[in-house]
Amino acid sequence: MSTKNYRTHVMVCAGTGCVSNTALDIKGALESEIKKRNLDDEVQVVVTGCQGFCERGPIAIVQPDDIFYQQLTVEDIPLLVEEHLLKGRPYKKCMYVPEAQEKPVPKLMDIDFFKHQMLVVLRNRGRMDPENIDEYIAFDGYLGLARALNEMTPDTITDEVERSGLRGRGGGGFPTGKKWRFAKDVESDVKYLICNADEGDPGAYMDRSILESDPHAVLEGMAIGAYAIGAQAGYIYVRDEYPLAVERIKNAIEQAKEYGLLGDDILGTGFNFDLHVVRGGGAFVCGEETALIASIEGQVGRPRTRPPFPAVKGLWGKPTNNNNVETWANVPIIIHRGADWFSSLGTEKSKGTKVFSLVGKINNSGLVEVPMGIPLREIIYGIGGGIPGGKKFKAVQSGGPSGGCIPEHLLDLPVDYEKLTEAGAIMGSGGLIVMDEETCMVNVALYFVTFLVDESCGKCVPCRVGLIRMKELLEKITSGEGEAGDIEALEALCDTIKKTALCGLGNTAPNPVLTTLRYFRHEYEAHIVDKKCPAGVCKPLITFNIDADKCIGCTACARACPVSCISGERKALHVIDQELCTKCGACKEACRFDAVSIA
Amino acid sequence: MEVIRQIVEKYDRRESSLIAMMQDIQKTEGYLPKEALVTVAKEVGVPLSRLYALATFYKAFSLTPRGRHTVHVCTGTACHVRGAEKLMDKLERDLGVKEGETTEDGRFTLEGVRCVGCCGLAPVVVVGENFHGKLSQKDLDKVLAKYE
Repeated sequence: MSTKNYRTHVMVCAGTGCVSNTALDIKGALESEIKKRNLDDEVQVVVTGCQGFCERGPIAIVQPDDIFYQQLTVEDIPLLVEEHLLKGRPYKKCMYVPEAQEKPVPKLMDIDFFKHQMLVVLRNRGRMDPENIDEYIAFDGYLGLARALNEMTPDTITDEVERSGLRGRGGGGFPTGKKWRFAKDVESDVKYLICNADEGDPGAYMDRSILESDPHAVLEGMAIGAYAIGAQAGYIYVRDEYPLAVERIKNAIEQAKEYGLLGDDILGTGFNFDLHVVRGGGAFVCGEETALIASIEGQVGRPRTRPPFPAVKGLWGKPTNNNNVETWANVPIIIHRGADWFSSLGTEKSKGTKVFSLVGKINNSGLVEVPMGIPLREIIYGIGGGIPGGKKFKAVQSGGPSGGCIPEHLLDLPVDYEKLTEAGAIMGSGGLIVMDEETCMVNVALYFVTFLVDESCGKCVPCRVGLIRMKELLEKITSGEGEAGDIEALEALCDTIKKTALCGLGNTAPNPVLTTLRYFRHEYEAHIVDKKCPAGVCKPLITFNIDADKCIGCTACARACPVSCISGERKALHVIDQELCTKCGACKEACRFDAVSIA
Repeated sequence: MEVIRQIVEKYDRRESSLIAMMQDIQKTEGYLPKEALVTVAKEVGVPLSRLYALATFYKAFSLTPRGRHTVHVCTGTACHVRGAEKLMDKLERDLGVKEGETTEDGRFTLEGVRCVGCCGLAPVVVVGENFHGKLSQKDLDKVLAKYE
């Protein structure tokens, strides 16, 4: 941290979402405008990790005023600097205005998206530069490690983690302390730690965000875990699709080594722990720990049968403990603030908080952290601001390809490992994908099964062959060829695959089909019996039509149509030739009068 | 093949670093040329089949040359429900290739990708290393025009 005192800090979000949305141009424009106004001794621009409200990027927060600016453009910057930073009048034009309201909400903590959250894992988001270890330390960073090494023993650390009630945040929800104890109690001169950052669930990006916005929290958690378990080396296995995360974590490792917080003789206690970064090759199944271990060893990432569990025989045959990014990031604060504090948050069996990526058909897309036990409705409507465009909520998908779709009548369900499992979904890594009336649930089931067919490693028959049979049945139904008995055949396949597949990927693969059958069976039946897709998604079952009352003859649809199947004179009704129509939807998108409808 | 040998040396010829070596080759060459794989196999001392097993298992690798720009259509769940399929359809139509193929002029390779982790911007298309978010079919022409 610089020794200079600034009166104001402008915290510019540089998460991947905002960076792809010109955040770095905004930063440059801010810096040059601040310099031009001779404010550079008073105002500092700080680049932070993801601040969570990705939908509204690029984002910047002015502190200590707590003013939240969103959807910034380079053109806004001169006036913003003049008004707010020079004259002290917050700049209304770039403030957040909630959907269907007119008045802006200037302060971050007054915005619904932020005020209902509880930040534990994401406690440092938006308030520090993730590339600067001094800033992490200034926010109590590495105090947990110091306490662990100086005041605690491997036994008391493991007890503390076990007592906190922390459970794995990657999907399974296995108690973390218990897992550590298995690896700790195995006698071996060499042991390893792994951080699973192969965040594979589509629609989930909390691990990426943690690595990008607070990489030292993960390193500190791993160093504490290494001391407890007796590991000398650790590996962080990161998706290759996350280049910024790889860069930030490597940079953090270098800095921590320089400060004596990683490497040899950590904090002068004689404890050694070294960390390496391994880039994943792009395979969903590598999120399964035995497959991940094979991949680190330079092998094809296929799971193997357990036991022996990795705690006994893992990486290179040595005892290995593997936790995911969010789990590791919880460890420092548990050790620093104590198990009693942590276990006071959440429900009886699900302690602490959970980070969710709230995405899909939702007004406020972004990353949210909430206490365990909060009802889904509160997340979707309280924080997420409901469904855009006045559409009707249909379902929320939790847990990725191993999870399930939760319907509206279960929205008061508290977020908790057991409760979500009872509903047929899982907590998973924390993707919450909201679906509205225009989402077809059979299509969603097909989407996940297609994903899993592609990602199945091919080792066991139920997964390799069974999933393809399921995919064929779903394709048959969505193309209008479904017949009586198809649903039962799907159910039989689900049952067999669930019981007989080798690893977690296969065992849970039927979940998206089972939950959509459980809660949206009528949609399957509409496809099979009525040959209709109620959501208007499945192409063979829909037609596009132009509404005579709404069409003004502007020709926009005809110009957009790639197969020239729309005819009509200027200022006269246009008509779609159903024989030629490929149902691409370009006309519906082009029409500004909502005249194209799907039947 | 000097470049390839340097990459192998960078990882001390370690067998466990085969994937990392191949990632580096993929990055510098744009794909995994056969001669490069032969060199790696020889230098590290593993059978060539081992490298082909890795190359065909992991998504990061390609055994055929790529276009100058790779167009990655994110097919994550958030993008899927916000219309990624329509974007893929349009790109296939306009570029005259199927997912996984390269245009004849070598300008674009079209790929689907499993979630790029920018779900707040769904649907997302990544060209090279540039992210384009909140797209509809009609935005795609403008996006592609930026790449020669």
